[in-house]
Amino acid sequence: MTAVPAPAGGLGNAPARGPGGVVAPRLTRSRGSSRAGQGRAAWAFTGPGLVLIGLFVLVPILMAFWVSLTDWRGRGSPFSSAVGFVGLDNYATILTEPGLPRQDFMTALRNNGWYVLLVVPLQTAIALGLAVVLNSRIRAKSFFRTAFYFPTVTSSVAISLVFIFLFTGGGAVNGLLGLVGIDGPNWFSDSRGLVHLLGDGVGLWDAGNPPAALTDGGPLGLSWWDWLSGPSIALAALIVLVVWTSAGGYMLMFLAALQDVPKDVQEAAVMDGANPWQRFRAVTLPALKPTLFLVITLGLIGTWQVFDQVYLISQGNPAKTTLTPAYLSYTSAFETGQWGRAAAMSFVLFAIIIVLTSVQRFVMRDKDAIAEKKAARAVARRSPSKTTFFHAGQ
Amino acid sequence: MRHPIRRSAQALVAVATLSLAAACGGGGFDDTAEQQESGSASLTMLIASSGDAETQAVQAQVDAYEQESGNTVDVQVAADLQQELAQGFAGGNPPDVFYLDATRLADQADAGNLFPYGDQIDDLDDFYPNLVDTFTYQDEVYCAPKDFSTLALEINDASWAAAGLTEADHPTTWEELSTVAQTLTTGGQTGLVIGDTRDRVGAFMTQAGGWFVDEDGTEVTTDSPENLEALEYVQSNLAAGSFAYPGAVDAGWGGEAFGTGKAAMTIEGNWLVGAMAADYPDVGYTVVPLPEGPAGPGTLSFTQCLGVAADSDAQDAAVDLATFLTSPDAMTAQTQDTGVLPSRQSLADAYLEQFPERQAYIDGAEYAQGPVSAPGVEQVLIDFDSQLSGLATGDPQAVLESTQTNLEQAIGG
Repeated sequence: MTAVPAPAGGLGNAPARGPGGVVAPRLTRSRGSSRAGQGRAAWAFTGPGLVLIGLFVLVPILMAFWVSLTDWRGRGSPFSSAVGFVGLDNYATILTEPGLPRQDFMTALRNNGWYVLLVVPLQTAIALGLAVVLNSRIRAKSFFRTAFYFPTVTSSVAISLVFIFLFTGGGAVNGLLGLVGIDGPNWFSDSRGLVHLLGDGVGLWDAGNPPAALTDGGPLGLSWWDWLSGPSIALAALIVLVVWTSAGGYMLMFLAALQDVPKDVQEAAVMDGANPWQRFRAVTLPALKPTLFLVITLGLIGTWQVFDQVYLISQGNPAKTTLTPAYLSYTSAFETGQWGRAAAMSFVLFAIIIVLTSVQRFVMRDKDAIAEKKAARAVARRSPSKTTFFHAGQ
Repeated sequence: MRHPIRRSAQALVAVATLSLAAACGGGGFDDTAEQQESGSASLTMLIASSGDAETQAVQAQVDAYEQESGNTVDVQVAADLQQELAQGFAGGNPPDVFYLDATRLADQADAGNLFPYGDQIDDLDDFYPNLVDTFTYQDEVYCAPKDFSTLALEINDASWAAAGLTEADHPTTWEELSTVAQTLTTGGQTGLVIGDTRDRVGAFMTQAGGWFVDEDGTEVTTDSPENLEALEYVQSNLAAGSFAYPGAVDAGWGGEAFGTGKAAMTIEGNWLVGAMAADYPDVGYTVVPLPEGPAGPGTLSFTQCLGVAADSDAQDAAVDLATFLTSPDAMTAQTQDTGVLPSRQSLADAYLEQFPERQAYIDGAEYAQGPVSAPGVEQVLIDFDSQLSGLATGDPQAVLESTQTNLEQAIGG
């Protein structure tokens, strides 16, 4: 919607200028046939992609959804007549019916919740910090860029194995802690919750003898005490691993966005007397908002689906404190043959990710743009004649 | 994913060939079926292998079978047996013969994936009866155990001598075990290190006369005074510091703690023999039967059988292969290098002549308890294991009660 009236077609180069009065009729005449041709071409070009996506993404998702509504035991086709349709029973087993399946699933959700709560802010903040440093005038920039990015491109299997050795009871991490007089835990076999330990440390409660008010009841099959345990020490080690691995990748996104922040705005801020922190807060950060949104969204999705590190390092141990929904779903299907329940878990996980991403989208929406739109709409309501004039003008 | 894709490619080729045959001569399907029976069937066999030595031992026997029968067998070594089996069953094209762990029997039999061929084994009574029991589900013997392992007590000779103990002090009761474990616990060495799962602690439950379920696997008997006594015994020793879990001494499993000298004793199965020879060849040790509990001797057995798929297109040939591979000759050959015990009683003497130091493991076969054999209990037992890891400070009664409830729900529902 351009408010500037197009120049009259009198100048010789009018056709190149766009929708000039002279060119328009000719366009209209040829539009019918070329539109159809374009449509065919578009389908021809997108067809292979659509078929592949349909075959390998959409159809499997629908099939998995069907499995989540059946009591399929993993034998033959889930669509055969021998497979019973059980409606939402599988969902009820993991969400509403008291029992071990729900307790396991809720434990997995709790673990993953704490994991997301720590990993996403940490990796985003570290990635942003690294990017800002790399965007400043430091020496050996490309060396550091490669060094920071390296963990992201390294196989997670290799990294997990290295971390197993680093975090064993007599490993390098405890060796370093020993130098400063701290007797480190046996990381991957320590199931004590960090919040439990923290509360114990500040004298809020005794972790060995938790307050009855917290242990007596709680929602969804776990007591409040269990929900509030915080990540276990084993899970904390996994969190360190993942933050270290993924921060470099997100750093690259921030770095690309930082290089797009307009220099003149920065200079204008300097002229206005803004100090570096104010420039970062008021100029750089707003300019990075789309990237921030992207990084947090990708982080949320990735962290809710954490699987390989759990599979390689801890298999849900110790005491189920590193169990995650993705890993639980895998073991339920392949090891205990509860295919319907496993599929239901993955759809609940899918719903959680969608909801959280939508919430995040709402929180991070561009408030200025919305205000502008609102204002424009208000203006439009107040002076309808003007709008009519613009429409008429075109 | 490699196998299913290749399978479906094979299936496509097969379908195409069959359609051609049908189109040309008619009755192509019948011809194929007859061929399968008359001794040129092609079978696939999915195995899990501990390494090249085991794979070659199996392959050698399979070669002998191919010579004898005229069938062809494609032996595939699975990286993750359970997952690849699950894929085969779901795809409707499972391997004809496969290794099947006793813990998985009830689930797979219940899902209808297995073809029971126990009635086709002529000398079924030569196999250890309690091994056959672990492969029996709802009164039907599904498959033949190919070998087995049991738990025993391994003692580090040097630590034993250093503590001033002699052969006469080998523990035969729980009290003696506690005492020697206490004596052997010094500085960086723990008396006894055992894995924190039902597969080790469960041995104490059988010695006390308890178990998770009754003999038929239909009634849950987890919350019993016998099991409580066993857990309390382990708990008191853990609390005293004379027993420890591997994680507490910074080891991956009991064998590692034993080999590195962090444990003076451990409770492991005969696989320890191979692991010690490979990783800690200089550590001298003695293997004795597990001490007896209040209800007498008890140990646990771990075994695999050769399962035959219900959906196999060459079922007769598959059963033929499975019985061939569990015949005395083939079993003798396969239990030579792999550290497992022959599951036939008639082979025990010859085996012990060759490996006299494995006497304690073989002795356990008579009274060994197999895994819980009921469908849908795996998650409950995993939960039990995760509660065992906190046993030192936990409440054994609460552990048993919750497991009782969960098992009842799993078996009942």
